[in-house]
Amino acid sequence: MKRILALILTLAAIITVFAGCGSAANTGGKAISATIASEPKTLDPSLNNAVDGGNYILCAFEGLTTIGKDGTIVAGAAEKWETSTDGLVWTFHIRKDAKWSDGKDVTANDFIYSWKRTVNKDTAADYAYYVYFIKNGEKINAGEADMDTLGVKALDDKTLEVTLENACPFFTEIVAFPALVPQREDIVANNASKWALDPATYVGNGPYKLTSWEHDSKITFEKSDTYWGKDSIVAPKIEWYLMNDQNAILSAFKNGQVAYAKNIPTDELAAEKDAGNLKILPLLGTYYIDLVNSKAPFDNPKVRKAFSLAIDRNYLVEKVKKGGETPASAFVPYGIADVKQEPDFRTTSGEFISTKPEDYEKNVAEAKKLLAEAGYPGGKGLPKITFGLNSGSGHEPVAEALQQMWKENLGVEVEILAQEWNVFQQSRKDGVYNINRNGWLGDYMDPSTFMDMFTTGNGQNNAKYSNKQYDEKISAARKETDTAKRIQLFHDAEKILMEDAPIAPLYFYTEPVVISKDLQGIVNTKLGFVLFNWASFK
Amino acid sequence: MAKYILKRLLVSLLTLWIMFTLTFFLMHLTPGSPFLGDKKLTPEILANLEAKYGLDKPILVQYEKYAKNVLTGDFGESITLAGQDVKDIIVRKFPYSLKLGLFSSAIAILVGTVLGTISALKKNTGTDRAIMLIVTIGIAVPSFVVATVSMVVFGVKFHLFPTVSHLDTLSSYILPGFALSFFPLSFITRLMRSSMLDVINQDYIRTARAKGLSDRMVIFKHGLRNGILPVVTYAGPMVAGVLTGSFVIESIFSIPGLGSSFVTSITAKDYPTVMGVTIFFGAVLIFMNFLVDIIYRFVDPRINITK
Repeated sequence: MKRILALILTLAAIITVFAGCGSAANTGGKAISATIASEPKTLDPSLNNAVDGGNYILCAFEGLTTIGKDGTIVAGAAEKWETSTDGLVWTFHIRKDAKWSDGKDVTANDFIYSWKRTVNKDTAADYAYYVYFIKNGEKINAGEADMDTLGVKALDDKTLEVTLENACPFFTEIVAFPALVPQREDIVANNASKWALDPATYVGNGPYKLTSWEHDSKITFEKSDTYWGKDSIVAPKIEWYLMNDQNAILSAFKNGQVAYAKNIPTDELAAEKDAGNLKILPLLGTYYIDLVNSKAPFDNPKVRKAFSLAIDRNYLVEKVKKGGETPASAFVPYGIADVKQEPDFRTTSGEFISTKPEDYEKNVAEAKKLLAEAGYPGGKGLPKITFGLNSGSGHEPVAEALQQMWKENLGVEVEILAQEWNVFQQSRKDGVYNINRNGWLGDYMDPSTFMDMFTTGNGQNNAKYSNKQYDEKISAARKETDTAKRIQLFHDAEKILMEDAPIAPLYFYTEPVVISKDLQGIVNTKLGFVLFNWASFK
Repeated sequence: MAKYILKRLLVSLLTLWIMFTLTFFLMHLTPGSPFLGDKKLTPEILANLEAKYGLDKPILVQYEKYAKNVLTGDFGESITLAGQDVKDIIVRKFPYSLKLGLFSSAIAILVGTVLGTISALKKNTGTDRAIMLIVTIGIAVPSFVVATVSMVVFGVKFHLFPTVSHLDTLSSYILPGFALSFFPLSFITRLMRSSMLDVINQDYIRTARAKGLSDRMVIFKHGLRNGILPVVTYAGPMVAGVLTGSFVIESIFSIPGLGSSFVTSITAKDYPTVMGVTIFFGAVLIFMNFLVDIIYRFVDPRINITK
């Protein structure tokens, strides 16, 4: 009996020692659990078209550049790069120790394969336009040019030369994006539709490797031991819970199942704020309304401006949305660099519509004057104005508040018409209503992702805005290589846009999240990604 | 009997085919596309996507191709869940709906029949009134209210049952099962009560009593067998409805069942998933109705289907 007891005790001691070693190897970090969305569409870098999918891809893959500990763009799979003087040719030097999770070397050809696959029209990638920055990318995607003409070349295994279509000063931002990470031809070409579903074939070059994907339940990543920068990675394991219902998400956060959660019910934000769990993250996006320019009365810029000025943006943000949004004084949101990073683009050009609460009366007075000048004093003589939106996504309260403001301030009756999402998109495109609700999230940290869409005939231009001067500024900016001049062109263009008021920006998006008070070292980016690579519990 | 079953089977297949065709064309007639989001795609990218999924072809060609695939058991790949076969999605998600559905149907039928019978036998007593009050609530209150209230009270307040359910423990069945079965349970109770009242006043029951049979014998042998017929009629489609999952209940309790993917696939215009799940649900419904007809044959002495 004594002998057995001794044996058990010895075994227990050994196990304890080993368990101790295990946690020591993980540099003391604990697994991080979080929820940012429900089941993703895909984890395939070429096919992904969403923020959540991109977030998971960034765990398992790394682009030439990547997101650093401070949220800025830093060297990733490439340790350094050079640019030609005209800004068109970029040469990236891939790290000698950049490895795939199965131990193979990351080569220039892995990037070329991935980009060609994304831009190939048969792949039908939503994000193919990220490759449009590269020479002939757009033509290849449209089937007008041969794949071999894409502006990429492997000078040797570890050197990649990229030729761009136009100079792109923010190209380092672009290559950090999940759509442009490298892919393994030997794996992907074998089973293009299923490779990204199975952890065994989901081979990446990023800080983590996929260990399991339980559909509709959980995606688990564990630290990769072949990643070149593995020594700096803190969290040993990340578990992404796939959840849909907002109340269920909040319960999961409250009972400690997840330490970080997105998509919290709006009604609960105040309580979570008081509890000290809430963080409002700025997001690169603008919520706005189209004032459809192609028909009366919004074919008159004065009427458009009057409608925009009569809006109390502070009221919308504080009393209606309550998610910590910022009132929009112009179209391009905060966070995009100007000539220098700080002060940013928005701060530099200032407010086009004053959002100071004390200026609101003045705005309204101006609005009344403009409307009278346009021939509709006190709103008399205006045709019936329709406001279209998609039902059931929280847009009605905003529209109703606007309806009330226009009625009180301008004496105008506006009819709100809600449609099912698919139907509304068609109506918005066809210009059925006078006003459409709209919103835009930027694709990259550059003014062009916002400004390009209001050129004449652009597919996103639901306001049917057309101004030759504006178009010229935008196409000039596309060719300009001097950063200061280029940014100035965007400032000029935005001034024209706000003067013409084809749209009325309402507020800049934010993203409320709840974070456990013990969790530290989280990195949030303006494009909506969250990185736990350096996160740990206090 | 065999002839009857064969005939019913052919009619079932025809029904399924009509349903398939109608759904296919209606789905393509409604506006929108699976590729439209807040982010609009450039015309080239949109054209590439439509070509990839064959949506650029004339609708009749698409119909023919899809029908052929379905005949070989291939429902295609989901558009919104890239690379995942619709068949795999159904196989993965249906068990959740099935498990919860069987649990809820069993509760609804068993408890409903018993309560209804008790109510009928104790007509106009306190017991009858109490049961009727509860089932009236069950019929009037929508399931999402039942779900939310029971979740708040028993899940959040008293911590008796989990609020997020993956149906892995018995206790995780209780709240969603209750929410899902409350309405059919109430409905069956009322059906059973009125049908039993009807039966009790029939001549053959009086005859049975006059013969001196015991109360128990009269109720179980003659009363229940006839009284349960309307319940059987109702139970077929009810079980099919409950089995195929409730979008509302599954969403509230975060159950990864098929009901929620059915609804989300429609709003997302995920054509292959909509078709696959519709065919599947349709087949389940038709099968349940078929089953009811067969059960009738055994339960109702008046039906003779050999004719």
